[in-house]
Amino acid sequence: MPSTALLLSQAFNGLALGSLLALVASGLTIILGTLGVLNFAHGALFMLGAYAMYVVMDATGSFLLGILAGGVFMLVVGVVLERVLVRLFYSRPHEDQILVTFGAGIVFVEAVRAYFGGNTQTVPTPDWGQGIVQLGFLFYPTYRLELIGIVAALLFGLYLVLYRTSIGLVVRAGIEDAGMVGVLGINVRRAFLAVFALGVLAAGVAGMLYAPIVSVQPDMGGNFLVEAFVVIVIGGLGSYPGAVVGGLIAGEIVSLTSAFDTAYSEVMLYAVMALLLVLRPQGLFGSEGRV
Amino acid sequence: MNNSRNDAGLARRQALQLGLGAAGGLMVPGLWADLARAADGPLGTYPAGTAGDSVFVGVTSPLTGPYSADGKDHAKGYELAFAEINAGGANPQAWGLKGKGVLGKQIKYGVADSELKPNVAVQAQTQFIQRDKAIMITGCVSSATAVALEELAQRDHVLNMVGASGANATTGHDCQRYGFRSQPSAYMACKALAPVVAQHYGRGKKVAYLVPDYNYGHSVFGSFAEFTKPYGWTTAAKVVIPLATSDYSSALLNIANSGADIFVNIEFAAQAVNSTKQGAQFGIFKKMQMIVPNISSFQGQETGAQLMQGVFGTMDWYWKLEDKFPLAKSFVDAFRARFHYTPAWGANIGYMQTYLWALAVERAKTFYPPAVIKTLEASKADPFDSTLGKVWYRAEDHQLIRPIPVVVANAPKAMKNKDDVFNIVDLIPGEQAISPPAFLGCKLGAYT
Repeated sequence: MPSTALLLSQAFNGLALGSLLALVASGLTIILGTLGVLNFAHGALFMLGAYAMYVVMDATGSFLLGILAGGVFMLVVGVVLERVLVRLFYSRPHEDQILVTFGAGIVFVEAVRAYFGGNTQTVPTPDWGQGIVQLGFLFYPTYRLELIGIVAALLFGLYLVLYRTSIGLVVRAGIEDAGMVGVLGINVRRAFLAVFALGVLAAGVAGMLYAPIVSVQPDMGGNFLVEAFVVIVIGGLGSYPGAVVGGLIAGEIVSLTSAFDTAYSEVMLYAVMALLLVLRPQGLFGSEGRV
Repeated sequence: MNNSRNDAGLARRQALQLGLGAAGGLMVPGLWADLARAADGPLGTYPAGTAGDSVFVGVTSPLTGPYSADGKDHAKGYELAFAEINAGGANPQAWGLKGKGVLGKQIKYGVADSELKPNVAVQAQTQFIQRDKAIMITGCVSSATAVALEELAQRDHVLNMVGASGANATTGHDCQRYGFRSQPSAYMACKALAPVVAQHYGRGKKVAYLVPDYNYGHSVFGSFAEFTKPYGWTTAAKVVIPLATSDYSSALLNIANSGADIFVNIEFAAQAVNSTKQGAQFGIFKKMQMIVPNISSFQGQETGAQLMQGVFGTMDWYWKLEDKFPLAKSFVDAFRARFHYTPAWGANIGYMQTYLWALAVERAKTFYPPAVIKTLEASKADPFDSTLGKVWYRAEDHQLIRPIPVVVANAPKAMKNKDDVFNIVDLIPGEQAISPPAFLGCKLGAYT
């Protein structure tokens, strides 16, 4: 039996880990929930965000500039990807959407590998995130601690955009009946474009924030894509609150299992997901037949 | 009457053809020996794969995926060796090869991306064997792939010069008659490393391990724990982590809480860099010294000297061996000239294994696989000169007996240039580190 101190440390870590997982999953669930597209390029877009941060940090050393320039870059990527490719697939079957986004992801990964090489790149922790904080019994990296706050602010901002502006409303209406929304004089295409770009931006920002923690290399997105899927399956496919709660639950499962035996952390995550699929197939916050 | 005359005429013609054929055969070096041996075959891709003026070698390496940096370097080592051997000249001569090619035949080759997946590697090599009649298959940066390719080699009777693989099983209970491994096993690496680190850090240390959950990870953990036991080192935590881990925070909390003095990081390549970086963020290195039993090719550069300084470990090979072995010097020079960077040990394995195979074929005077295998098995009596000095394959389990470099990473300000990442603190003779024969459970299969 692990000590109480270790259990409490792991419970706290689960919160930090979970908030990051929620951010990673949010971009995936926004696009799935509003556009009905399962975006398999999500992991590659996460990776692109991390590389954008690497390039800007390497050139200027400014983390804030990395977020701003990287954010603009991700929006451009999102707009181009939607206009050139994804919009042609809105009315096509899920399998086609999965194949085309998966293919786009491979193109991104291999393009980055061709340009930067397969080696791991290092993104330094920003000055304000250096060091370790002592929280009673627990020592925790400052940057990860600050990330909890940053991620919470970002997730709240996303919530406002999706639920407190008209754009979310237009998109949801457009999903139900694009023709009718068009007749009402609303430009559905533009709303779809905005949501897709927002989802890509969320994936990219997650990559930028994660860049100082993990090693930045072309294949880094793969694991995160899988984890993001697990999170949104737990939370409910396409549900934004589901991604947030699902992320926190996934973080706690991984962390608390690790207190006993790290080897089983992933097994437990999938076991919980499987159990949930049996008991509540639509996930915690999903509604039946939604996607 | 007519019939018998016809028979006689036919017989005369046949005799004439055979005679001419034999005379022609005598004029082609090696072919006569090949024909003589062919009486034992055909076997695998022999003699079909040696019929033309070239032979084919199938290479697989993870050119994509988390080990891709090591995998690309590995593939370049093969490319250089093939180019040198095909062209002839000073380097092949220094290794002991004659003329151009192997037994006068040019080497053609294909390099396939294994994606770090054993089934992809097996599929690619199967194609090389069936379509291109590959006479030898080689290359990997993973023990799972190594073992799968050894199995394929044994089944199809095609020689396999194993690429990068550190698990004990490769020359242990998964060994094969057709597989030869040059990298030190986990057993050898840890046996070489243990006395050096025990002397440096002292007796009675508590150790926390980060163990990737596959063959190689468990192999290294078992061997390191065993060989440091005589020095009173104990296991404070064994943290086994799933293979696809990106965020190590929960594993690192366990290690931070273990009360250990030493942190043995068994993760490899990008994952080793990742876990080390995150370990530093969790303050692990304020309390513990890191040891990496098997340091991957680019781990030093990618992790950065700030974090790596003072880290002990072993490597298959390091470029500074050029000061000691002339063939290492000529390899480093040729590699730099061709690829414009300093080769890492993944490249050395590809380069050295190709030369050892070519030398064995020339010694055997045939490509016939059992003859080449027996030549490699008999190499103790006449060791090969190599980028690691004198080396030979042990007949019992096909493990290369070769010196093992124990290295320590330089501090940032001690580095003379960006390649000056490690210093070789000791070069442990292979004989001193090798397991007793059959200790790891090796039973080699049949020759034919």
